[in-house]
Amino acid sequence: MNYGVVSQEQLEKIDEILTEKLIKIGVDCVIIIDMAGNIITAKDNGTSKYDVYSFAALAAGNFATVDAMAKLVGEQEFSLLFHKGSECNIHFSKIDDELLLITMFGKSISLGFLRLNVVEAIDRIKKIWARG
Amino acid sequence: MSFINLREKIVQVKIVYYGPGRGGKTTNLEYINRKFSKQIQSEMVSLKTHGDRTLFFDFLPFNMGQIKGYDLKIQLYTVPGQVKYNATRKLVLKGVDGIVFVADAQEQMREKNIRSLNQLHENLVSYKESIFKIPLVLQYNKVDLRNQGIPILPTSVLEKDLNSKLKVPAFEASALTGYNVPETLKKIISSTVISIQKKLM
Repeated sequence: MNYGVVSQEQLEKIDEILTEKLIKIGVDCVIIIDMAGNIITAKDNGTSKYDVYSFAALAAGNFATVDAMAKLVGEQEFSLLFHKGSECNIHFSKIDDELLLITMFGKSISLGFLRLNVVEAIDRIKKIWARG
Repeated sequence: MSFINLREKIVQVKIVYYGPGRGGKTTNLEYINRKFSKQIQSEMVSLKTHGDRTLFFDFLPFNMGQIKGYDLKIQLYTVPGQVKYNATRKLVLKGVDGIVFVADAQEQMREKNIRSLNQLHENLVSYKESIFKIPLVLQYNKVDLRNQGIPILPTSVLEKDLNSKLKVPAFEASALTGYNVPETLKKIISSTVISIQKKLM
């Protein structure tokens, strides 16, 4: 594993997967971060403007907090997190122990459809990451 | 751990302000936010309690321009200083590249500074990091209180208490007035960048 530095080739492949599996189905913004709050990559649909750096810091904190809560109730982890709003929803999913995939999407996509695509995207990203 | 994006040529560096409660960590970031607003594109994020104490962390992203063609993005964090929040402090320390230890120079805070520094040492050990190796700068904050007749520890005592083994750069400072706040920041950024360069080469 090549953690800390990602090659250009790896990133391009990961971006392709994110575009194909998530942006194309109508997701507003998708970010991959590490658990320290660094952004690995971010893609959006061209119209949404989020402050992704602050978002990454808060998301890493949020996920770490939920992880600590899981341990308190005797769970290994809560690998999935979902926040629902009236216009925007946020879905968090763990890629591995170090990486997190965050998806922001509106009313046009159902949660089930999104989850199917997230699972597939994560499977493919893991393979690329392992080759690094 | 800093994160380097080779395609977009961005280096992300995580610097954490650590120290005892009510020592001025958040005030440091607030001053930087005001003073360097041109280099800061987004708003400072603060997770506080109703009593204005830091609950989780403050976050301030900061652009440092370019080094060898790479955009340097500094991410400043603070930890909650209150004793009971050590679990949270540990979470914030994850992946840290450089630390500013903000000590409170008031006489009555002497023991709390030492305890907090010891806990920093323990917390770093839990991430397999060492307080002797990680880039670290000490800041003896609140020296401005001296003018108001409040007993302040002489710098020599603070140095002996906190820096006799570490031997790292230290600054007297006043986060409220901004005295030595930019100097502390510059020092930790340069130490951290040098340490990252060494690791990569």
